[in-house]
Amino acid sequence: MEIISTLPPELIRMVFAVIIIISFIFLNAIMMGYLERKIAGHVQRRPGPMEVGSHGILQLVVDGVKLVGKELLVPVNVDRTLFRLGPILSFTPVILPLLVIPFSEKLQARDLNLGLLFIVSMTSINVMAILVAGWGSNNKYSMFGAMRAVAQSIAYEIPILLSMLAVVLMANTFSLKEIVGAQQKIWFILLQPLAFIIYIISGVAETNRAPFDLPEAESELTAGFHTEYSGMGFSLFFLGEYTNMFTVASVATVLFLGGWHGPTLPYGEYLGIVWFFLKVYFLLFFMIMIRWTYPRVRFDQLLNFAWKYLVPFSLVNILITAVVIKL
Amino acid sequence: MTFYQYIAEGLFLVFVLLIIAGSFITIRARILMHTVLGLAVALLGVAGIYFYLGSMFLTLMQILIYVGAVCIVLIFGIMVGSTPTEIAEKTIKDRKNIFLAVSAAAAAFFLLMISILKTEWIAAPAQVRDFSARHLGESFLYQYCLAFELISVILLIAIVGAIILARGGQENKGEPSS
Repeated sequence: MEIISTLPPELIRMVFAVIIIISFIFLNAIMMGYLERKIAGHVQRRPGPMEVGSHGILQLVVDGVKLVGKELLVPVNVDRTLFRLGPILSFTPVILPLLVIPFSEKLQARDLNLGLLFIVSMTSINVMAILVAGWGSNNKYSMFGAMRAVAQSIAYEIPILLSMLAVVLMANTFSLKEIVGAQQKIWFILLQPLAFIIYIISGVAETNRAPFDLPEAESELTAGFHTEYSGMGFSLFFLGEYTNMFTVASVATVLFLGGWHGPTLPYGEYLGIVWFFLKVYFLLFFMIMIRWTYPRVRFDQLLNFAWKYLVPFSLVNILITAVVIKL
Repeated sequence: MTFYQYIAEGLFLVFVLLIIAGSFITIRARILMHTVLGLAVALLGVAGIYFYLGSMFLTLMQILIYVGAVCIVLIFGIMVGSTPTEIAEKTIKDRKNIFLAVSAAAAAFFLLMISILKTEWIAAPAQVRDFSARHLGESFLYQYCLAFELISVILLIAIVGAIILARGGQENKGEPSS
């Protein structure tokens, strides 16, 4: 008991924040998995999961139990260390960005004044995880998936950074809280519509989702970099992907959609989280709808689109922003 | 010592351990892929040291550029290149290469040692200098402007060199690629 009483309160607060965030990550993955299958079903004019619980609402819980109970297969000729390391490496860095995201005015684990850079640098580790998994699997499909993932994420990281930079120029800070604060009167989506469009396109590409899901294109690569993974190995990638989507959507909300701002609620400092989540899940719904509406692009189309259209447009956008601010 | 100081000292030891272990893997690994991952671990440790010294900006830049970009490009090169183990076996036995490697490493070591021994180490004052993004940006664009611009020229040369190398390996140049 002595140790607990001498622990600094800030540390205890951080431990609680991390626990809440990790449990939220699992909850989010379950909700997103259910939403994805339901929306996919309705887009394709079938009901989707219906058996477990009312309208299949418990389907993902059952699936989760199945995945936890599955045997962790390690194929014969793989690089054992790297094969085990891949899923862990892909799951760990996705927790950290949620620490700096301001869910409402007072609900934020830590307000770094370089919050945006923190998120960007943490998500850049994700590519490393895909590479490690793809190479460690000793499988041609996995390897191709990993190589595609690298080329894709190098190409799309540039426009995503440049579109973020336009907002940073306008708000004059890297702190996510202050960026939201700067949108008290007018959301940045109205001042930076081009940056928002570029951000959303690149964000979908960064999370490796359709129509940019070439690293795991089922029709050509079985399942891409996670072909060889079973049980929890696969579920960690699955959790990582949905958490990445959530991060991309929340950063879009913070940068362009005014974060927690909305019609005033009682206890607005805390209940701003309602508006935040509404905006985030609208964006996630939009991303799911894109996935089930549009066909996959070809690889050269994907890279050409990034280098020939997104990068020049975002450069011009940032130039115009800088000039307008200076005038 | 307060609780926070214990945590800080513990973290410092962890970061140093990461650097040493990472460097050791980098040198000793038989597979090129492991080498690069060892390098990534060591660079992560360096980022940790920046964090310990109180510059969040340098920490994040180190992770973003070295771990997130440089190492990934290196791995990409390894994946595209020919089988790494064969190259390693062949070149290690070459006497001339051993001599070159040892002399290059020794030269770098002595250069660093000279500068380390010549420097007068002053104990850091309680309030260290400002390492925020704003301050770094200002000193890059005013005080060290020339060095900063020269680095960008080096990068330009590297890009041009990479394009020439990539073009040189390509056959039937006259035909359109698609």
